[in-house]
Amino acid sequence: MHDSIHDVDILLVEDNPDDAKLVIRALKKCNLGNKLIHLTDGEQALNFLFGKGEFSEREVEEDKPRVILLDLKMPKVDGLQVLKAIREDPRTRVIPVVIMTSSAEDRDIVNTYNSGVNAYVVKPVGFENFSKAVAELGMFWLLVNQTAK
Amino acid sequence: MVFRNLPIRKKIRWIIMLTSAAVLLFTFLSYLVYEVVTFRQTYVQQLYTLARIISTNCTAALAFDNPDDAAEVLGALKAEKHIVAAALYDKQGNLFSKYPQDYSLHTVPQDQVQFQEDHRFEESHLIIFEPVVQNNKTLGVFYLKSDMDAMYERISLYASIAAAVIAISFVVAYFLSNRLQRSISRPVHALTSTAKTVSEKKDYSVRTTKTGNDEIGYLTDAFNQMLSEIQTQNAQIQLFNQKLELTIEQRTHDLATANKELEAFSYSVSHDLRAPLRSINGYSGILMEDYGHLLDEEGIQALKSIMRNGMRMGQLIDDLLAFSRLGKQHVAKFNLNMTALAKAVYDDLKEQYGNKSEILINPLPEIKGDSSMLRQVMQNLISNALKYSMKRDKPVVEIGAYRENGGNVYYVKDNGVGFNMQYYDKLFGVFQRLHNVTDFEGTGVGLALVHRIITKHDGRIWAEGKENEGATFYFSLPVT
Repeated sequence: MHDSIHDVDILLVEDNPDDAKLVIRALKKCNLGNKLIHLTDGEQALNFLFGKGEFSEREVEEDKPRVILLDLKMPKVDGLQVLKAIREDPRTRVIPVVIMTSSAEDRDIVNTYNSGVNAYVVKPVGFENFSKAVAELGMFWLLVNQTAK
Repeated sequence: MVFRNLPIRKKIRWIIMLTSAAVLLFTFLSYLVYEVVTFRQTYVQQLYTLARIISTNCTAALAFDNPDDAAEVLGALKAEKHIVAAALYDKQGNLFSKYPQDYSLHTVPQDQVQFQEDHRFEESHLIIFEPVVQNNKTLGVFYLKSDMDAMYERISLYASIAAAVIAISFVVAYFLSNRLQRSISRPVHALTSTAKTVSEKKDYSVRTTKTGNDEIGYLTDAFNQMLSEIQTQNAQIQLFNQKLELTIEQRTHDLATANKELEAFSYSVSHDLRAPLRSINGYSGILMEDYGHLLDEEGIQALKSIMRNGMRMGQLIDDLLAFSRLGKQHVAKFNLNMTALAKAVYDDLKEQYGNKSEILINPLPEIKGDSSMLRQVMQNLISNALKYSMKRDKPVVEIGAYRENGGNVYYVKDNGVGFNMQYYDKLFGVFQRLHNVTDFEGTGVGLALVHRIITKHDGRIWAEGKENEGATFYFSLPVT
C-alpha cells in the first residue's frame, strides 16, 4: 500500500480485501502499483476526492489520481453514487473512472455509462484472466491514456 | 303488402272476416238459386191459371165468332203489368184477337201456334200456349207472353240485402275478430316483445305473463324456463369469471413477486457468488506462483484440482446466468445471412477443436432473427458437433438447410459419438449431460440455451442420434 495520500496515480475503491490484494498484486507485478491508495468504501473515497475528514489536508485540485478503479457494491455509499458525485463536481469531473465489478448485469452497465463512466470491467473469476485484465487496465490508463490536468 | 308478413293480429282478423264473408256469400248465392228456381215454377203456375181463366172467358167469343168480346176479355189483362202481349187464335191458327190492340203482329207469333198446353222461356220472357176447349172440342189457342221483371226485381232486392248483410257482417266480424284475436295474438305478442327485449338489451331477467294453458301457454312456460336457465348459467359464468379474474390477478401478482425474487437472486448469484470464487481461484494462483516450488507433485495436483473446479464453477455460474437472462431478453429481428454466420462461427471455433474436421457448409437461406442469439445457437451446435466428433479419425461436420411447412429447417450433422435416443428427453434440459465431463467438457447449459432461443423465435428444435454413429440437430424458424 502506498504510504502517502499525495501524488496518487491509482485510487482503488474496493471493500473486499481479498479482491483488493489480488488487484494490487497484479499491478505491482508490472510495476504499476507504487503510487496506489486503497480505500474500502464509498464514503472514504468521497472524503479523499473532496478533501474532507481524514483527508482534509489534501490539495484536491492539484493532486488528482490518474485513474479511479471503483467497485460497485460497497457498504454505505455504493460505486454508482461515488461515480455520480465525481461527475457532478467540476474538480473531479475529468478523472477517468473504471468500474471493476463482479456484476455483468445490463442495468449496472447501462446505469454507470449513463453516469459517465470511462470503462466497465467484469472481474474475471479465473486467476490468470484476472491478473491479465488488471495488468492491461493499469497499463492502458497509466501508460497509454492521456488525462486532462 | 304480403300476407305472410302481416302481424298475427291482422292475419287473424283477415282470416275471420274473409271466412265469414265467404260463408255469407255462398249462403246468399244458394238462396238466390233456390229463389230463381221456385219463382219461375210459381210464376209459370200463376200464368197458366191466368191463361185458363182468359181462355175460358173467350170460349163464347170464339164459338160465336165475336172478336169484340174477345178483345174486351183480353183488354182485362191491363191489370197485370207484366203481361207484355196476348193473342187468341182460332182453330185454324189464324189470329182472332190480340192484346194490346196496337201490338205489332210481327212480335205475336203467326206460324208457330201450338194447340197443346205448353210454356217456354224465351229471351227473358215467359211464353204460354193454352188451348181454348169446350166440351172436349178445341176452339182455338190462347197465347200469353209475360216479362220476367218481377223476378229481376226480386233478384236485385236480394242482391242489395245480401250486400248490406255482408257489409254489416264485415263490420261486426271486424269488431268481433278484433276482440277475439287478442286471446291468441296478445300472448304471442307478449312472447315476441320479451324475445326482443332479451335479444336487444341482453336482459335475461324479463318474463312473459302466461294467459292460458293452450299451446301458447306451454310455449310461454318453456320460454320463461329457458330464460331462467340462461340467467342462472349467466350468473354462474359471471361468478366463475370473477373467481378466475381474481385467481389471475393473484397469480400475476405471485408471478411478478417470483420474477422479482428471481431477478434479485440471479443478481446476487452474479455478484456475490463470484467474489469468493475469485478469491479461491486467485489465492490458489498465488499459491501456485509463489509457493509452488515448496509443494510436492501431489500438492501441485491438489492445487490444480482446486483451480480447475473453481474455473468450472465460474463457467457454470456464467452459463446459468446467461440462460436465465435470456428469459427477459427482447428478440430483435433482422435479416441474417446464415451462411456467413455459420462460416464465421466455424472459423472462430476450429482452432479450439484441433482443426482436423472436414467441414461442409451448404448454402443456407436468409432468415429474420436476433443476430446475437442465433449466433449463440450456431456456436453451441457447431462447437458440439466439433467437440463430439474430434476423437474420430476423420471427423465430418455438415451444415445445411431445407424448406419445410413454410419455414426454414437448418441442421448441423456430425459423425461423432452421437447419443442414445432413449435419453432424448434429457437432451435439452438445463444441467443435463449425456456424456462424462472427463470425456467431453461442458456445463450442460448449451442445448437448453439453444432450445430457449429457438422457442423465443417461435421455432422448433429437435435431434436425431445414434450411439457411436453421430448426431444431427435440426431447428426450424418461421419465414415471415
